[in-house]
Amino acid sequence: MARYLAGRAAGVVLILFLVCLFTFVIFFTLSPDPAVMICGKTCTPERIDQIRDVLGLDEPFLAQFFGFLAGIFAGRDYGAGANLVHCAAPCLGYSFQTNQSVWDMVVERLPVSATVAVGAAVLWLFLGIVAGLLSAVKEGTWWDRAAMGLALGGSSVPNYVLALALQYVLVVQLQVLPFPQAVAFSDGPALWFQSYLMPWLVLATGYACLYARLTRANVIDTLAENFMRTARSKGLSPALTMRRHALRPALTPIATIFGMDFAALLGGALITETVFGLNGVGKMAADSIAKNDQPVIMAVTLLAAFFVVIGNVVVDLVYTRLDPRVRITAR
Amino acid sequence: MTVAAHSQQVAGAPATSGRRVAGALLHDRAAVLSSAFLALIVLMAICAPLISAITGHGPNDFDTAAVNTDLGGVPHGSLGGIGAEHPLGVEPQNGRDILARIAYGARVSLLIALAATALTTLLGVVLGMLAGFYQGWADQVICRVMDFLMAFPALIFMIAILSSLPQGNRSVLLVVVISVFGWPYLARVVRGQTMTLANREFVEAARASGASTGALVFKEILPNLRSSLIVMTTLAVPGYVGTEAGLSFLGVGVAPPTPSWGQMIASSVGWYAVDPMYFAIPGTFLFLTVLSLTVLGDRLRAAFDSGEAA
Repeated sequence: MARYLAGRAAGVVLILFLVCLFTFVIFFTLSPDPAVMICGKTCTPERIDQIRDVLGLDEPFLAQFFGFLAGIFAGRDYGAGANLVHCAAPCLGYSFQTNQSVWDMVVERLPVSATVAVGAAVLWLFLGIVAGLLSAVKEGTWWDRAAMGLALGGSSVPNYVLALALQYVLVVQLQVLPFPQAVAFSDGPALWFQSYLMPWLVLATGYACLYARLTRANVIDTLAENFMRTARSKGLSPALTMRRHALRPALTPIATIFGMDFAALLGGALITETVFGLNGVGKMAADSIAKNDQPVIMAVTLLAAFFVVIGNVVVDLVYTRLDPRVRITAR
Repeated sequence: MTVAAHSQQVAGAPATSGRRVAGALLHDRAAVLSSAFLALIVLMAICAPLISAITGHGPNDFDTAAVNTDLGGVPHGSLGGIGAEHPLGVEPQNGRDILARIAYGARVSLLIALAATALTTLLGVVLGMLAGFYQGWADQVICRVMDFLMAFPALIFMIAILSSLPQGNRSVLLVVVISVFGWPYLARVVRGQTMTLANREFVEAARASGASTGALVFKEILPNLRSSLIVMTTLAVPGYVGTEAGLSFLGVGVAPPTPSWGQMIASSVGWYAVDPMYFAIPGTFLFLTVLSLTVLGDRLRAAFDSGEAA
C-alpha cells in the first residue's frame, strides 16, 4: 500500500510538472510580449527594460521556468534593491493586469467556485440517481421512457443556452428569482439560496441527465446478475433486494465517475460562472484569458490540473473501499 | 451438398450487419426524425448562398430599416423582427438577417465538428491500434501521453492556447486543438479492443499462414473495430459541435464577422431581456442539432448491440 501510494504520488508530481512545462512553453513561445502589454500606451523602451528586469523576463526560458517552480515551493523575490518584492511560499506570481498576488486572487475566489460546484453536485447526484433508479425499476413503462427522453434532451442543451433561457423566464418574465450574484451566506440564507439557485440548476442539468442514464443502465445490468437471482429466490422483498444487494454494485461506477467530474468542475464551471457573472475561479480564468494575463492563466491551469490528478487518485483509493472485488497490488 | 449450401445461403440470408442496422434504424421513429432534421441542416448549410440569394440578405448585410434606432436598435415587430422580409428575424442594432447567419453558421459548425471528428478518429485509431497491437514500449509511451492529456483541464487549456495563438486561420486551429485533446478517449477503446482481437484465433491463424503485419492490421483487426468506431464517431460529433459553439461563445472560436452559432448566442447575452428570440433561435438550432446527433448515435449503438447479442 505504501509503495502504491508513493508510486501514485510520483505520477501526480510528474503530470503536474509536465502540465506546468507545457503551459509555460506555450506562453513563452506564442504569446505577445507581456512587458509591452503591462507597459501600456505611454511606454518608453527604458520602462519596458525595467519591467523585463523586475519580472525576470529577460532571462532564458529554463531560468524563468525554474524560477516559477521555485516560487511555488519556496517563494521568490522580484526585482532588486529598493524595488525588491518578496512573494511568500505558494507564490504564483503577480497579475499583469492588477498587480495583485495571484495566490491571493485564487484564495479570494475559491469560496464562490466551491459554492457553485458543491451545490450543483448535490443537486445532480440526487436528481440523477433518483431518476435513474426509478427508471430502472420501472423499465419499459411510460415513466421510464419519459425520464430517459428528458435526460437525452437535457444533456443536449448547451449550458449557456439554458442559462439565458432560465434567466429570461425566471428573472425577466416571472420575476421569481433575483439576478444571480455571489451573495455570501451571512447576508441571509434565503437570498443566498435564491442567488445561487440558477447557477446550480444550469451546471447540474447536463450532469443529472447523464447520471440518470448511467444509473439506469447500471441498475438494470446489476438486476440481471446471478447474485440478484439468488437474493430474490431466497424470498427477499424487492425493496430489500434492491437496498441490500443491488445498490452497492450498481452505484460504485457512479461514485468513480462523480469523483472525476467533480474534480474537473473548476474548468467545467467556467461557462456557468461567466454567464452569470459570478466572480469565481472559472470567471477569473475567462477574464485573464481575454486580457492575456499569463500568471493568472498559468495558475488556473495548474490548479485545475491539480484537482483532476488528485481527484483520480482519490477515486482509485475510494474504489477499493467500495468494491471489495478490487484490491490494490503494487506494480 | 453444393445445392444444400447454396439454398441455405439464400433462405437464411443473414443480412449484412450494415443492412440490418439500417433496417433497424428505419423502423425507429426517433432515429428517422433525427436523420431528417440533420439532413435539413446539412442542406441548409450547403444551400446557404442560395438562401441568401432568395431572401436577398447576406450574412453580413446590415439592414438598418429592420431595427428601431430610437429604441437602441431593437428589431421592429414583436418576435425579434420575424416577418416575410426576414423569416427568422434580425439581429438587434445592425439588422443582419438571422436566417442567413444561421445557414452560414451551420457551415462553420458542421465543418469544424466533422473535421475534428475525422482528425480525432484518425489519431485515435492509429495510436490506439499501435498501442494495442505492438504493446511493449509503444503501449507504455502512448498510454502515458493519454493519461497526461486526459489530466489536462481541457476547456481552460483550449481557451488559453486559442487566445494566445496568433490570429491565423481560426477554424483550422480549432480543429487541431479539439482533436489533440479529444483523441485519447477514442484511442483508449481502440487499444483495448485491439488487444483482445490480436489474441483471437482468427488473427493467429492469419499470422501463422504468413500474413504481413499490414494485412493483419487492415484485413483482420480494423474491420472488427468498425461498429464501435461508427458509434463512437457519431457520438463524438455532437460533442464537438457543442465544443466549437462553447469556444466561440467564450470569444476564442471563429473570428467575427464569420458567423457561428456559439458566437451568435454570445452576442445575444446583452439582449436576452429585450429580444429573447435573438438567443432562442440559434440556441434552438444548436440544441436540436446536438440532440439529433446524440439520438442517432444512441440508436446506432442499440442497433449494433442487439445484433451482437443475437
